[in-house]
Amino acid sequence: MAATERHIRRRTEPAPPRQRVVGDPVPGAVIDFRSVTKKYPSGDIGLDDATFAIHPGEFVFLVGSTGSGKSTIMRLLIKEIDPTYGSIAVAGRDLSEITHRKIPYYRRNLGVVFQDFKLLPNRTVHDNVAYALQVTGGTRRQVREKVPDILRLTGLSLKLHNFPDQLSGGEQQRVSVARAFVNHPPLLLADEPTGNLDPETSVGIMQLLYRINRTGTTVVVATHDKAMVDRMRRRVIEVSHGAIVRDEQAGAYSGDQSTGDFGALWGEGLA
Amino acid sequence: MRFGFFLREALRALRRNAVPSFAAVATVLVTVLVLGVFIPVVQATTGAANEIRAKVLVDVYFKRDATKADIDRVERIVRTDTPGVGRVQFISKQEALKSEREAGRGEFYDLLGSNPLPDLLRVTPTTPDAIGQVRDALSPVSPSGERTVVDASIDEVQDRKENTDKILSATRVVKLTMGLLAGLLALASLLLVANTIRLSMYARRREVEVMKLVGATDWFIRWPFVIEGVVVGALGGVTAILLLGVVKVTLVDPLASDFALIAAPDTMNFGLLVAVLLGSAVGVSALGSGLSLRRFLRV
Repeated sequence: MAATERHIRRRTEPAPPRQRVVGDPVPGAVIDFRSVTKKYPSGDIGLDDATFAIHPGEFVFLVGSTGSGKSTIMRLLIKEIDPTYGSIAVAGRDLSEITHRKIPYYRRNLGVVFQDFKLLPNRTVHDNVAYALQVTGGTRRQVREKVPDILRLTGLSLKLHNFPDQLSGGEQQRVSVARAFVNHPPLLLADEPTGNLDPETSVGIMQLLYRINRTGTTVVVATHDKAMVDRMRRRVIEVSHGAIVRDEQAGAYSGDQSTGDFGALWGEGLA
Repeated sequence: MRFGFFLREALRALRRNAVPSFAAVATVLVTVLVLGVFIPVVQATTGAANEIRAKVLVDVYFKRDATKADIDRVERIVRTDTPGVGRVQFISKQEALKSEREAGRGEFYDLLGSNPLPDLLRVTPTTPDAIGQVRDALSPVSPSGERTVVDASIDEVQDRKENTDKILSATRVVKLTMGLLAGLLALASLLLVANTIRLSMYARRREVEVMKLVGATDWFIRWPFVIEGVVVGALGGVTAILLLGVVKVTLVDPLASDFALIAAPDTMNFGLLVAVLLGSAVGVSALGSGLSLRRFLRV
């Protein structure tokens, strides 16, 4: 058979069923991973048959040691990479159906916070946050209305005209959170948001994320900050060697701990 | 509103990256300057070479007893039956003598008392390189190795062989060298500008990555870079052209009357040169910016 005919047949035939997809889509889930496997070209397995669903308004910790697959999940969610098998749906939308050209529009519905902040170095705090609005075609008026608000929420009102390199790590991460949230996305992803920060600053960032969660935004935080997870007692999904090994409500960082003092310290911190 | 935003973004980037931007402007400036000097030089040189080459001729001398009919017959042969013939000019004995007198050699002929000059047909080949063809057609080489003539009334066919060969080979070398140099220079300019842009782009690849992660479309990121390229190209190009203009007015124009090379008729006029240089400066740097961004947009 000529190569062209093979090609045409492959195009007209329905795609072969994806391997090992189980279960139906979870209705109403913000994030729906079904049997997702990611193999990297190097042969490493980033994620192995992971299935979980996250519902609107949840605050979820994704825990696990480095290389366990937390970052793979994050990168899959922002569609920086595609899964080898399985399907991912965000807000009911199958990510494999989003073409390369549509990715920017998809990303506007997500807020993303990174460990290394990823701020634009030659823009002020204000302009960094404003950029996220301008990207979506936000007018000057919207920028004038929304940016000061969000900066007040994140406690950066006084640092408006500073450049990122004039800020402390905690402040930079606050800018990053502000930028992620300025569009009020339904889903906020944070990949090791406190990885580069000291414990006290970390609490501040976590409180900020929690406050954002309370406005109804779903928040997913990948972290290996044990103290923080144990203290907050939210839903914990543990990843190990690419597989989901634990998924419990109000969990601790490690599975063998009891879920005793639920949010005791945390409640004080917020009040 | 959109264009205004992109323009502001481009200007901000230029301001915030002053040193790389200045390097890019300087590169464009130097390149345009060199090209601006070199293009007219190449043109003047090839123009001069062409002018010299136009002096390559074949003279067909008639025998002294050739009649008007003979001359007409030969002229017809030359015009219609000979390949490679461009212009044919008949110069009678009298005209030949007259031009000799104009050249200041009249007294020698006065001494002779009669006109020794023959009638002749001056044949200009279509291209200088066709001269051998014309000569061979009018004066074929016989099997014995001697030159004969196609018509009995022709005395001799001359192409001033030595001069011709020298002119042809010398001008060919000049034209080839100039063409080669011009090509190399254009290539070097292109690579230099492209490389400078790539460097300044590479320094900002993280910025581009962040923009993509925030949800910016490719063109939303690209437009400011393209506009930046246009501004850089225009700044460098305009400065270079102003410098060229100053040099032209102060140095070249006063000399033009004294040096045939500078006043060579084939030189591009200054307005066209300016347009070409400015257009290519802006085009290359804008395209370069837009294209070298592509690698960094794949996030």
